[in-house]
Amino acid sequence: MAYRSYILVCGGTACESSKANAIYESLLNEVDGQGLSEEVQVIKTGCFGFCEQGPIVKILPEDSFYVQVTPSDAKELVEEHIVKGREVKRLLYDKEGSKKHAKVEDIKFYQKQFRIVLRNCGFIDPENVDEYIAREGYSALEKVLFEMSGDEVIQELRTAGLRGRGGAGFPTWMKWNFTKQVKDADQKYIVCNADEGDPGAYMDRSTLEGDPHSVLEAMTIAGKTVGANQGYIYIRAEYPLAIHRLEVAMAQARDYGLLGKNILDSGFDFDIEIRLGAGAFVCGEETALLASIEGERGMPVPRPPFPAVKGLWGKPTVINNVETWANIPVIIMKGGDWFSQIGTHDSSGTKVFALTGKIRNSGLVEVPMGTTLREIIYDIGGGIANDKKFKAVQTGGPSGGVITEEFLDTPIDFGSLQKLGSMMGSGGMIVMDEDDCIVDVTKFYLEFSVEESCGKCAPCRIGGRSLMNILDKITKGNGTIEDIEQMKEIGHAMKQASLCALGQTAPNPILSTVKHFEAEYLAHINDKTCPAGKCKSLITYNILPDLCIGCTACARKCPTAAITGERRQVHVIDQAACIKCGACFETCKFGAIEIR
Amino acid sequence: MAKMTLQELRKLRDSKKTEIQKRDLSGKETQIIVGMGTCGIAAGAKNVLDTFLTQLEIHNLNSVVVTQTGCMGLCYVEPTIEVIAPGMPSVIYGKVDAEVAKKIVEEHIIHKRMVSEHVFDRPSVDIIKDGGK
Repeated sequence: MAYRSYILVCGGTACESSKANAIYESLLNEVDGQGLSEEVQVIKTGCFGFCEQGPIVKILPEDSFYVQVTPSDAKELVEEHIVKGREVKRLLYDKEGSKKHAKVEDIKFYQKQFRIVLRNCGFIDPENVDEYIAREGYSALEKVLFEMSGDEVIQELRTAGLRGRGGAGFPTWMKWNFTKQVKDADQKYIVCNADEGDPGAYMDRSTLEGDPHSVLEAMTIAGKTVGANQGYIYIRAEYPLAIHRLEVAMAQARDYGLLGKNILDSGFDFDIEIRLGAGAFVCGEETALLASIEGERGMPVPRPPFPAVKGLWGKPTVINNVETWANIPVIIMKGGDWFSQIGTHDSSGTKVFALTGKIRNSGLVEVPMGTTLREIIYDIGGGIANDKKFKAVQTGGPSGGVITEEFLDTPIDFGSLQKLGSMMGSGGMIVMDEDDCIVDVTKFYLEFSVEESCGKCAPCRIGGRSLMNILDKITKGNGTIEDIEQMKEIGHAMKQASLCALGQTAPNPILSTVKHFEAEYLAHINDKTCPAGKCKSLITYNILPDLCIGCTACARKCPTAAITGERRQVHVIDQAACIKCGACFETCKFGAIEIR
Repeated sequence: MAKMTLQELRKLRDSKKTEIQKRDLSGKETQIIVGMGTCGIAAGAKNVLDTFLTQLEIHNLNSVVVTQTGCMGLCYVEPTIEVIAPGMPSVIYGKVDAEVAKKIVEEHIIHKRMVSEHVFDRPSVDIIKDGGK
């Protein structure tokens, strides 16, 4: 008997953290209680990407898109939607406040997206290999095992123009080809870099959670192409759900003979093991990652030799990141020509971004290369939250830089972002509004890089620390005009002399913000003010006597009891006791607290 | 499940494909909407819905989507269903039981011929679709 309805519950980390699991259980119970388990299938699937509105439940075939669902809504969803065929209006996604958007296709968030990497995310049950297979899964592997030669596979990747999605954008076919061409190796390896570490980035994690088989299939394809029998997935231990789904997927693939000895009776052996990382940012760098797999301390080594020739345990190793892998089966299935039509000339295909920060619809988006930042932020992201003014968007995480309003119409690809002094990076995209202090944000990123520096090379270890000290000085109001020049000098030196990409790119946030927001640095240095009101040493909170009605709300919230005043009398802040936490500012309903 | 050969994998994919395609709405041109109000359900609409699903599977009709809706207002001829198919006027069939449902699939959907004795109405004007004019 076929199912008549499907209830898809988002099982991504974001939705799981807001009780998606309990929703799933309640829906199962309700469906069961109504005696409908033969007719209605409840599926836990991967991330829908629309995390702002999670947890998300989608019901098919009506394609109703329910947002912010709670476990107690399960009963109503089943009784109304499933039994009576009436949509539960109050839970449908409603963007404008006037017209209800019931269907996914009506939601603007999805209109400009093109999903290759996330093709199965939010559609299949990632813990059921049959569903992946039903969506043409493992048909690319069939082709590679039985119809294509290794050279043909590499040629297809070359035609596709796929470039590595981990940040640097190196052509994937070249990596594979280098490894393939090594003739005298007794062993070769395939590695998946799932050590996603940029603050605010969760593209790879969601891909693994939503569609683990796409990565397993791709790695097996690479194994056959370059002649490797062993693969490793290096993933941080702090991604438990992704690890679990990978383990389930690997067990199912082995069971079906899609992984392990004699795959599909072709005579080809390939297996994959998971290696857990402890969450060091530098281990996302490929040579450090390989060292970590070997059980060594995760520190980079100079390249060349590149891992493609001399990698894991000194053997030729193809290492790609999760998103790159997820593209491979589609390229083999649909052909390199198809893929190369998508995106721009220089960068084909799509890119997944984790859109976060001061944006209305934060979430996971996949767009063709060449989409402009404005389209991503305003059309997909819905613009800045709370009607604030856009300030800048940070791309590339701690290795990238900021992009300002005037460049929002630049079509994004690997080259264009680099020209703007930022980079694609792995795809983190953090939107800032007028309330964000650019110096403060820069300090945050630099702090991250300094903490994550492995300390092996001096430019990164010492340079980063020196930059940090200068930034700290500026945010405390002790900066001098020479500091800007000195930061540039240290930054350029780090770029030139650091051993790996971590140190080479760590100064990028500074160099890019100094260029685009020099006035804001100067305000901190010359005027000793923080225009956004973020740097605590440079601001004071004051009560405006004309507006204060003496409601005592701020005084009750103040954690240090710095605010005094009688009921219905103007209150006063004792500046010596004030820790500038901003609680009074948030509490006051009359706008009587001023940041100066 | 034991290890598979290429043929077994292909067979598995084909058998699962039909099932999963039901979830994908793009490219579905024909729609069967079953009225599942209290009146419809009381008159046996659920059985009709099941019949449609089974029939579509038997005839391997992947471009047809079956959805349910509330009462269509023709409670005197329940169960009612609406069929929207390309090149055919949209119609509402009434007094549909399992036999009629089979006939609708074979005649209306496959052979593009109306099952006249059960046509009860044309759908009312959708004011939302026409921009509310």
